[in-house]
Amino acid sequence: MNKMEISQQKSQQGFKFPSRGRVLIYLSALVIVCWSVGPFLWQMSTSLQPDNQLLSSPPHLFPYPITIEHFVNIFVGKSFHRYLVNSVIVTVATTFLCLLFGSIAAYALARLDIRGRFRILGFILGVSMFPQIAIVGPLYVLGTNFGWLDTYRVLIVIYLALGLPLVTWVLFGYFRSIPQSIDEAARIDGARPLAIYFRIILPMSLPAVVTTGMLCFIAAWNEFMFALAFTSDINHQTVPVGIANFTGLHYVPWGDIAAASVVVTLPLVIMVLVFQQHIISGLTGGAVKE
Amino acid sequence: MAITEVEIHTRTLRARNIRFRFWRPGPFVFLLPTLASIGAIAIYRVLLGLWLSLRDTTLASPTDNFIGLGNYSQIFSDSQFWNAWIHTIQFTAASTLLETLFGLMMALILAEQFRGRGLVRAAMLVPWAIPTVVTSKMFGWLFDGQNGIVNYLLRVVGLIQHNIHWIGSPDFALTTIIIADVWKTTPFMALLLLAGLQTIPGSLAEASVIDGANPWQHFWYVRLPLLTPTLLIASMFRALDAFRIFDLVYVLTGGGPADATEVLSTLTYKQLFSALQVGYGSALATIMFITEIVIAAIFGVFLLRKMREVGQ
Repeated sequence: MNKMEISQQKSQQGFKFPSRGRVLIYLSALVIVCWSVGPFLWQMSTSLQPDNQLLSSPPHLFPYPITIEHFVNIFVGKSFHRYLVNSVIVTVATTFLCLLFGSIAAYALARLDIRGRFRILGFILGVSMFPQIAIVGPLYVLGTNFGWLDTYRVLIVIYLALGLPLVTWVLFGYFRSIPQSIDEAARIDGARPLAIYFRIILPMSLPAVVTTGMLCFIAAWNEFMFALAFTSDINHQTVPVGIANFTGLHYVPWGDIAAASVVVTLPLVIMVLVFQQHIISGLTGGAVKE
Repeated sequence: MAITEVEIHTRTLRARNIRFRFWRPGPFVFLLPTLASIGAIAIYRVLLGLWLSLRDTTLASPTDNFIGLGNYSQIFSDSQFWNAWIHTIQFTAASTLLETLFGLMMALILAEQFRGRGLVRAAMLVPWAIPTVVTSKMFGWLFDGQNGIVNYLLRVVGLIQHNIHWIGSPDFALTTIIIADVWKTTPFMALLLLAGLQTIPGSLAEASVIDGANPWQHFWYVRLPLLTPTLLIASMFRALDAFRIFDLVYVLTGGGPADATEVLSTLTYKQLFSALQVGYGSALATIMFITEIVIAAIFGVFLLRKMREVGQ
């Protein structure tokens, strides 16, 4: 049976909609796409239009003539690259540590002999449901005492604790699906658990680890409240704080804001579109098969 | 043959493991970094927050005394608190309801086979990936009172005569925030529900067709009951998340105009970092924490009842 036949059989299982119904489905799909992507496309268009066009009515849907003045503004006038550098340092360090700690914990929980593993998992999940506002005050007091305000490390440590539950959970699910016999064969050859993890399990699970790392990266890249509370100068503030502080003296610089939005979001959007299959199955615990 | 040999070998290995466990580091060591970071940052801080909430600590002056439940009684007679409380509940209820409803509709469409489905699904991840701060600024521009494209489109269609000051007026600001949140989170909700829908076997649809049910009846009597646990879990996570909304409000309106969009998180944040009332702010945070537990418990009861029904 070739692919065509299989897919035909699949569609015969459900309801056969009349052609009017199919048109409705395509129409709804179009609405969903416009609704999801439209606002960001408008933001992109805005970033390429000169200010006098942005403030004129009716709005110009397509930028013509195209200008890059807003991109020049944010890098030359507002040193936007400083925020980008800070964000990259914090986010990369967070992602690396999250994957290192979280994947080892997930490996131990999934494949080693640990009593009460589901209780520990439940505990870790419970922590991820804490309202973050409940820890920002006490952490601030601690940060003041340690002199950790306005440092990268304070953000990295906090994001690590916030990201670990997700990493542990997603990788736990994945490691569980690898057959146990692989570990046992390695153990017979005399390998210790840590060696089994680094030499066998980790290389086998690279796609899952990369996906999880990306989820972690996006979460840290987008975090706002802690960055706002713990950093106060451009040497350590991250991108979200930088964008939130984009306000003009007399008017709101919508063009500059749009340009900054595009700069920080385009890489994420491209990353998500490239890895979308893995992200969806990672987020939904592998329930989406296609 | 080989399998039994492996089994014997692992058994002896396990036996050796048990014998030497008292000096060999157990697998628990692998959990230590994770549990230690979570414990130090989250658990310990929450307990410290509880402790601080019973004191009149401020960073503005050196007062730092134990005052029992003084902060809490002050909160309950604080009109600002009740104002923020009402907005938070309104926001949580409206956004959870709308996102579940629209999310379900999107999921039902995506569950059908059609060309370009993967493309639609990829597009739906875009709002989720965009930083919330960017979303806030984006909606600030879309719903701008003077040059916003939303006002323009509504005027062209003829729904409004004059521009609406969406963000600048107390009547519309919270609505704008709800719309922004629905935009950002609904697609994600839809993907979760889609995952649930796809675990329902296709043979049930076949059975419905044979029994002469129409698509609507199939949805109402077969799919919806089977999807209810997923719906409950997804909307619970959504409600817990919506209740602690911060970024959108803080960046889009800052709680204004005239406190019309102040929510509990922004109020707490301002108490902690503008008024420097660490004790009072911690008490607010503790109240939020307790409310979250109550929300989770309510959903939990429904979920348990539902699962018991299914079990019978």
